[in-house]
Amino acid sequence: MDFMFEPMNFIKNLTYMGKGMLGILIVMGAIILVTVILNKVFSNKG
Amino acid sequence: MDLISFLYENIVSNFEWQMLVMWAIGGILIYLAIKKDMEPTLLLPIGFGAILVNLPGVVNLITQNGKPLLDSFGNQQFDAGPLSTLFNAGISNELFPLILFIGIGAMIDFGPLLSNPKLMIFGAAAQFGIFFTFCLASIFFDVKDAASIGIIGAADGPTSIVVAQKLHSEYVGAIMVAAYSYMALVPIIQPPVIKLLTTRKERLIRMPYAPKSVSKLTKIIFPIAITCITGLVAPESVYLVGFLMFGNLIRECGVLNSLSDTAQNVLANLITIFLGITIASKMYYEQFLKIETLMILGLGLFAFIFDTAGGVIFAKLLNIFLPKGKKINPMIGAAGISAFPMSGRIVHKMGLKEDPQNFLLMHSMGVNVSGQIASVIAGGLILNFFL
Repeated sequence: MDFMFEPMNFIKNLTYMGKGMLGILIVMGAIILVTVILNKVFSNKG
Repeated sequence: MDLISFLYENIVSNFEWQMLVMWAIGGILIYLAIKKDMEPTLLLPIGFGAILVNLPGVVNLITQNGKPLLDSFGNQQFDAGPLSTLFNAGISNELFPLILFIGIGAMIDFGPLLSNPKLMIFGAAAQFGIFFTFCLASIFFDVKDAASIGIIGAADGPTSIVVAQKLHSEYVGAIMVAAYSYMALVPIIQPPVIKLLTTRKERLIRMPYAPKSVSKLTKIIFPIAITCITGLVAPESVYLVGFLMFGNLIRECGVLNSLSDTAQNVLANLITIFLGITIASKMYYEQFLKIETLMILGLGLFAFIFDTAGGVIFAKLLNIFLPKGKKINPMIGAAGISAFPMSGRIVHKMGLKEDPQNFLLMHSMGVNVSGQIASVIAGGLILNFFL
């Protein structure tokens, strides 16, 4: 079993939280942008 | 062998008191499924399976009981039971969750989201619980196990299974049970958190719904575009989004209605049956009744709470910058967790409870669908970080 108690790991891994949330906001932002473009380009053409 | 000695050998000598605890857990899951109608398609087979694998003397017959199937020379040394065979065939290689994604993709209508794409940002915000819980879990667990526990907050069973399996977490059973149980408990978990974080005035905010028409071509290109974007950002996990979007493409293309119908119903139901009973093979008392399991259940609850809070608080922050009349009802942020469609419906019902004329359904469902995409992307990012 790898059970432990290392409170400093919380602080250490906050960088992953920052990277993860930033990453997901960027990807979802890109998807929003693509969707807006698709809506503009293909509106009334379907 | 006479009957008495047969019974003694099979029941008394193999009996452990922890089996009673597992029967009780199985009974509770079956009760929640039947009486409370909470995710019955999964909780019922999991509950039944939990009883099945914890019958005295049964575990060796239906699972490998944790023993390696092959010896060091590659020779088969134990006969794999049916549950182990199913586990090896469908979960250890992530096949079942991925096939289920095709069915889920075929069920989802991205229409409301495509007509108001800004809503997608709430899906991203509501993944906060995954990363926060990962940080919390890393205090007690190895980093890969912590990441697997954090992903319970994806509120998405298949993603939790894929991530936990890929990261070789030894707590796959507990993670799967937590993920599916909390999805069923969303109607109990979310409302108090939403109420705690919002004022009545905020819950009364009305959001007019003016849907824009979305062309068929947009609906067809959307799943392909999402797959490409995800493949560029998180190539390790493109298949997660890819299978989901493939299902959606079958639905939207308009020429595969029969396949779409099969994916939504027969395929999804078939896989769900196998998935539920196979998950239960990981609920043998020796593997399940540990302090770590309780901690994983607790951390999973944290993940759902912080996901909900992340979505609501993000909406409140946006409201600071939005002009009067354009404000967002912060409750819809809570629908950004992936538990589809329960979370969207809860927000809608809470809105109606505060004001019977406040219809938030289309907004909350749009956010809920974006949560489905965002949770899969979050799973992909986690895999990219730790694989």
